Amino acid sequence: MCGVVALFLKDSTLNSRLGTLFAPMLTAMCDRGPDSAGFAVYSAAAPNAVKITVRGPQDCEFADIVHRLEVSGAQPTHVVRDTHLVLTVPVAQAEPVLKQIAAMPELIVVSTGRSMEIYKEVGRPDRVAKRFGLDAMAGTHAIGHTRMATESAVTTDGAHPFSTGTDQCLVHNGSLSNHNALRRELIREGLSFQTENDTEVAAGYMSWRMQQGDSLEQTLNSSLGALDGFYTFVVGTESGFGVLRDPIACKPAVMAETDRWVAFGTEYRALVDLPGIDAARVWEPVPAKAYLWERH
Amino acid sequence: MRIVDLSQTSLREFNAALHRLRADTNETHWRVLNPRGQHAIAAGIDAPITVEIEGHVGYYCAGMNKEATIVLNGNAGQGVAENMMSGTVHVRGDASQAAGATGCGGLLVVDGNASARCGISMKGIDIVVKGSVGHLSAFMGQAGNLVVLGDAGEALGDSIYEARLFVRGKVESLGADCIEKPIDERHKAELAKLLAAAGLNGTVDPGSFRRYGSARKLYHFHIDNVGSY
Repeated sequence: MCGVVALFLKDSTLNSRLGTLFAPMLTAMCDRGPDSAGFAVYSAAAPNAVKITVRGPQDCEFADIVHRLEVSGAQPTHVVRDTHLVLTVPVAQAEPVLKQIAAMPELIVVSTGRSMEIYKEVGRPDRVAKRFGLDAMAGTHAIGHTRMATESAVTTDGAHPFSTGTDQCLVHNGSLSNHNALRRELIREGLSFQTENDTEVAAGYMSWRMQQGDSLEQTLNSSLGALDGFYTFVVGTESGFGVLRDPIACKPAVMAETDRWVAFGTEYRALVDLPGIDAARVWEPVPAKAYLWERH
Repeated sequence: MRIVDLSQTSLREFNAALHRLRADTNETHWRVLNPRGQHAIAAGIDAPITVEIEGHVGYYCAGMNKEATIVLNGNAGQGVAENMMSGTVHVRGDASQAAGATGCGGLLVVDGNASARCGISMKGIDIVVKGSVGHLSAFMGQAGNLVVLGDAGEALGDSIYEARLFVRGKVESLGADCIEKPIDERHKAELAKLLAAAGLNGTVDPGSFRRYGSARKLYHFHIDNVGSY
């Protein structure tokens, strides 16, 4: 099972409503993945700044953490959303701030990026969305996942999206069968992994290919050969998102497009409240074919 | 005509109302609004009624249908008309995977494309797809006809028994034990009947199709294989 949803806005006048449009999509996939949920939201990048999303334990004293960072010279602006803290720091300060965070054992870096923020937690997806205030978020595109765990434990670390590169994230419906061997190869290439999860390996592989200079399209095409198993992937980057299904199309997928947006859902149910859906082009993405929507 | 708005009436209530209908019911025409991708809409009907559905549906729409005519003005999710026994299901849009799976009888017409595994394990259903079908269509097909006006994906008719396959366009590849067979007047007459039933009377030449079926080497006992038993 698991549910995957994605929404890419072509019409920038909708940007302020991204969360309003996207939260019902995630909620509609509750019964496909009641264990945990997560989502990546891409919004306008501040000039010369990096967003660092960190996760702490329940009732984490984020004010103290921000204070400690300020004492050591960083000037982050910050937003607290439930268990997550989003720090926006000047590019030059990103490295030292990340080092400081690494020294705080209660914190985990969920993502870094110019425009991407990732939120994920264990619990019913509709409640997770509420805890983070998803419906009030603005942005250009969003990718979400509702999880029914099969390959690893129900933990926040095991929730999607996985990010292993700046502004890059991956959500996955399915299970991979060659992730252990591929993880070892990628570790030899210098990548590090936080979990035993199969999806994190796919995310790592894709980030590695993009680091090596491959485009998102090339990366998705080479994933067809490198990854064995069942998958429908949605990959987010700063400029857009891509979709890839395994060659035998084990996992369902549906897409819809109008002049104003492009949307992906594991099931059509996830798309029914989007504006203009009745007149949208609705189709099933073909297996083993990379689909991309990017803003240039 | 009964109009059921699924944004007002629960799906369970609606399906239960359909299940209560007897063969001599006077409520013979139903129109369904706002299906919103829900699963198993109008599944399990056993009465000669007509149900028109306005919009896209989720999985297993019109599953197990007996006697009814179900017209879907939209796309169908997985397993539309799954295990149909009789009647007609007409999808005016596209159908997702496993359309008509395990169907024992009746007619399924898809105006658009059907994706992977269309007619998987078909057991007597007739399926007419006006667009193309995806990979592994008619996998282990036992009986019935699959007619495709467009193309067929990889491994058409893999491990097929006695289902008959007619494809007008390109076949990406044939599955294990599926071969092309000559098409004679008898087949053309049968094909013409199926095309007419799908509303294509006289507009499509039955002679423009190629026929595929079982080589009967995989499932049939063969004396050369006796050592394997």
